[in-house]
Amino acid sequence: MPTVSVNKQQLFELLGKNYTSQEFDELCFEFGMEMDEDTTEEALKTGEEPELKLDISANRYDLLCIEGISQSLNEYLEREERPDYKLSKPTTKLIIDKSTEQIRPFATAAVLRNIKLNEKSYASFIALQDKLHANLCRNRSLVAMGTHDLDSIEGPFHYRALPPKDIKFVPLNQTQEFTGDKLIEFYKSPEQKNNIGRYVHIIEDSPVFPVIMDSKDRVCSLPPLINSEHSKISVDTRNILIDITATDKTKAEIVLNILTTMFSRYCDEPFTVEPVEIVSEHNGQSRLAPNFNDRIMDVSIKYINSCLGLDQSADEIAHCLKKMSLHAVQAKENKDILHVDIPVTRPDILHACDIMEDAAVGYGFNNLPKGEKLSNANFIAKPLPINKVSDIFRVASSQATWIEVLPLTLCSHDENFKYLRQTDSNDTAVKLANPKTLEYQVVRTTLLPGILKTVKENRKHSLPIKVFETGDVVFKDEKLERKAYNERHWAAIYVGKNSGFEIIQGLLGKIMQTFRTAWIADYGAAASGRGYWIEEDDSVKTYFPGRGAKVMFRSKEGVKPEQIGHLGVLHPEVMMNFDVPFAASFVEVNAEVFL
Amino acid sequence: MSDFQLEILKKLDELDEIKSTLAIFPQHGSQDVLSALNSLKAHNKLEFSKVDTVTYDLTKEGAQILNEGSYEIKLVKLIQELGHLQIKDVMSKLGPQVGKVGQARAFKNGWIAKNNSNELELSAKLQNTDLNELTDETQAILAQIKDNSHLDTIDAKILNDLKKRKLIAQGKITDFHVTKGSEFSTDLTKLETDLTSDMVSTNAYKDLKFKPYNFNSQGVQISSGALHPLNKVREEFRQIFFSMGFTEMPSNQYVETGFWNFDALYVPQQHPARDLQDTFYIKDPLTADLPTDRTYMDNIKAVHEQGKFGSIGYRYNWKPEECQKLVLRTHSTAISARMLHDLAKDPKPTRLFSIDRVFRNEAVDATHLAEFHQVEGVLADYNITLGDLIKFMEEFFERMGVTGLRFKPTYNPYTEPSMEIFSWHEGLQKWVEIGNSGMFRPEMLESMGLPKDLRVLGWGLSLERPTMIKYKVQNIRELLGHKVSLDFIETNPAARLDEDLYE
Repeated sequence: MPTVSVNKQQLFELLGKNYTSQEFDELCFEFGMEMDEDTTEEALKTGEEPELKLDISANRYDLLCIEGISQSLNEYLEREERPDYKLSKPTTKLIIDKSTEQIRPFATAAVLRNIKLNEKSYASFIALQDKLHANLCRNRSLVAMGTHDLDSIEGPFHYRALPPKDIKFVPLNQTQEFTGDKLIEFYKSPEQKNNIGRYVHIIEDSPVFPVIMDSKDRVCSLPPLINSEHSKISVDTRNILIDITATDKTKAEIVLNILTTMFSRYCDEPFTVEPVEIVSEHNGQSRLAPNFNDRIMDVSIKYINSCLGLDQSADEIAHCLKKMSLHAVQAKENKDILHVDIPVTRPDILHACDIMEDAAVGYGFNNLPKGEKLSNANFIAKPLPINKVSDIFRVASSQATWIEVLPLTLCSHDENFKYLRQTDSNDTAVKLANPKTLEYQVVRTTLLPGILKTVKENRKHSLPIKVFETGDVVFKDEKLERKAYNERHWAAIYVGKNSGFEIIQGLLGKIMQTFRTAWIADYGAAASGRGYWIEEDDSVKTYFPGRGAKVMFRSKEGVKPEQIGHLGVLHPEVMMNFDVPFAASFVEVNAEVFL
Repeated sequence: MSDFQLEILKKLDELDEIKSTLAIFPQHGSQDVLSALNSLKAHNKLEFSKVDTVTYDLTKEGAQILNEGSYEIKLVKLIQELGHLQIKDVMSKLGPQVGKVGQARAFKNGWIAKNNSNELELSAKLQNTDLNELTDETQAILAQIKDNSHLDTIDAKILNDLKKRKLIAQGKITDFHVTKGSEFSTDLTKLETDLTSDMVSTNAYKDLKFKPYNFNSQGVQISSGALHPLNKVREEFRQIFFSMGFTEMPSNQYVETGFWNFDALYVPQQHPARDLQDTFYIKDPLTADLPTDRTYMDNIKAVHEQGKFGSIGYRYNWKPEECQKLVLRTHSTAISARMLHDLAKDPKPTRLFSIDRVFRNEAVDATHLAEFHQVEGVLADYNITLGDLIKFMEEFFERMGVTGLRFKPTYNPYTEPSMEIFSWHEGLQKWVEIGNSGMFRPEMLESMGLPKDLRVLGWGLSLERPTMIKYKVQNIRELLGHKVSLDFIETNPAARLDEDLYE
């Protein structure tokens, strides 16, 4: 959720009221913003002007600057009418060359003619571009914008893709001329790495770089990196050319619309934008930009009323919508239809449900009549079967005086394999591509690492330490749509001065008995029905040689016995790999056999 | 009863009172005596009081003075023998210790005087005295101390002075004064500490006396197992869901496809949530299958690309490769989407919930872990309203003791309207967010084939947050994961969400 800092005094002046903290909090709450911070107290100490930090919805790009916030709130408070955004006549062109298809195919532009900025609005103009670059433009990868002093350059402008060596200009805030390839090197230097350097990857591997030039072939900008020093704007610039380049046409248009609508208020003719003729013959996309044509969406009154549990008239709904900058008129031909006029500042509206939501916000979520329709009577609740099995394991283990632990599912590769004296066959564990730390490399295939790590953290606890976990491990399976599946396991450990093998064996017996599964002597030969037994098995290297066994289970008479887990005395190397200087026995079983 | 205890009782019977155990039982140390007396007293056989006496022993130097006379006497005798003595010669004749102390005390007693030639002479008072008859007070007091007679007559100042001069050392003698107790006898009935099965079966308890209990005590620590606090709170939530008719979803699937985790939920392919910064992607296995329901997939593509079902869409090129990327699910709504898709085969009012792990590629700190539990409810019904959702949320949270909710508009890619749920926190004195909710977007539901009038409400919250509030845990790592303290699990009370959750 983006956070926008606004000057508190300036905002309250624009809203025509000095709100108390609580009043403003309330206003934000009902409108759908969140007042994250009021720096009034800090500002008293630092001598700076107090700011409000507002969390705004991620899809409301029109609220990324104080101009848009105050405009929307004033409409919400019914203090102001929605501006009527207009276009004047174009005076220049942007000609898009086919070569740009190789790297960044879309471009658009507009002019803010006869604008008068001051220090605050200039700062806001820069800040809005930063916010848009960071959010909607996905760090300039989808869209990048540049601004120029139109009086320093001459149209028509050209958007081309050229080999880096053929691009030569003095970039913004530099004194020296760079070619495109030298500029990439420069921005990759350590000093620039966290600044413009962050965007270098977007174009650096391309044989051609996008570039905007004026009619005299002067470079205006090298998107998405930098504008030229020559055409840079200042607070006193009167005519601003905005250029937008993009890989996503929809977002390019949104960005242009937001920038121009928000700042055209400072033009001599407020809310009027001078369009630029976009010439894009190679793909038939020639047009006038920006496009301020009204967007009309038809919404059913019944639908809105039905969703909100209200019985409002067309006028009442229109009134709620007007507070949210949407102008609605009832259709003449069909009384159930509202024609809703959506301003270019509201690209977040995609569907009638978005209009329905605005009708609800305009009405006030907390004023809506509470529904009485949902009764609990007609529903039969059921637990997930494996969770029911888990609970049997959990209750029986805790009754047997074991303590339940809840380690993480993710662990390092070593913890899941090497530390357990296991080698990775590469056909069991799911591996992560982009973990931030070594702690999270694989999804565990056994509960043992988490249990041993928990024991390690509790080494000071009195011995013996007896803990268990019932949780999911994950295995790969190429046959599945998701290529992996969870398996519910139960595992328990006994850690003490002695290995306690018989104790773990006894716990297993207790658990088995809970699942109506008796021990069968002579490795399953003494009876033919349901039951379990254990057989020596040295294949699991995690156990001390001669002290490991597999757990065998026969679900009923005539069914082939299957291995459902293993138990044994943990190998001393395993104990020391996890920094637990004690002896221990461990058992782990696949819980799903009891489903 | 020990022999010594019996000896004490017999002596007490004979004497009626033991004024000094030290005198009667000199061979027993005071610790032995005390323990014997204590145990007899516990049976009310006797009463006793402790008498501490201070004693003094002569040090080696003290003993020497007692034998040879005090330093002042030595000095006077020497002066008498020599007639007079140069002050500077005192030390050489008698040694520094004897000379210095002897001279000072002899002056103080008025035994010596200094003549004009700076020599010491006997004072006028001693000129004609037989020095053997002179009283050597220091020697006399040391003698008195050695005999331990009438110490109380010695001035405390003098005693202190002797202590300071290290002529005597202080000690303590503990003595006991013993009288008969309320149940005095010379035999001892052992008090029983516990009622045993033998006593019960043989009626022996009737003739026995039992030791009184100390009720101001805690009992022994019993060995016990314990369930994890987080799972206890989870169980409370499950019971709330069950009581409201919700069936548990098969949420045991951590690995998800981009399709179910994002695309199906109308999260556009360039959305920040899909960034490497936020989501764990999987490198092995690398690529998922496309969903088997191709009509559904085509609907999702259309909804993202150019819009469908009344939506204008996000208008970008939707790529199937993005939905084939495998991720660790970032929310349990991925499972809800699958369940709702299944519901489209036989649409009807439905209630579902899950409480399970989700994964975020976040930097770990006191309130963030890379994995945590999400509590999620999904409710589908015909023509339900936002007011129904609000009312239902009030009922749901009331069952965990949270009332007075407020709802704030918010944004969520897959719900519209979306409402954050706030409740008043008494402790913090402010409104705190306790969950998120909304009505699933028609684009998402109609793509699955669900009928238009079947509306679906969804809401979610984390399991860790209310648990941390409930158990006052400051650091999430001390709750979930291996850094938990076993003592914390063992001593953790029952989870009762209906009881003052936000105390």
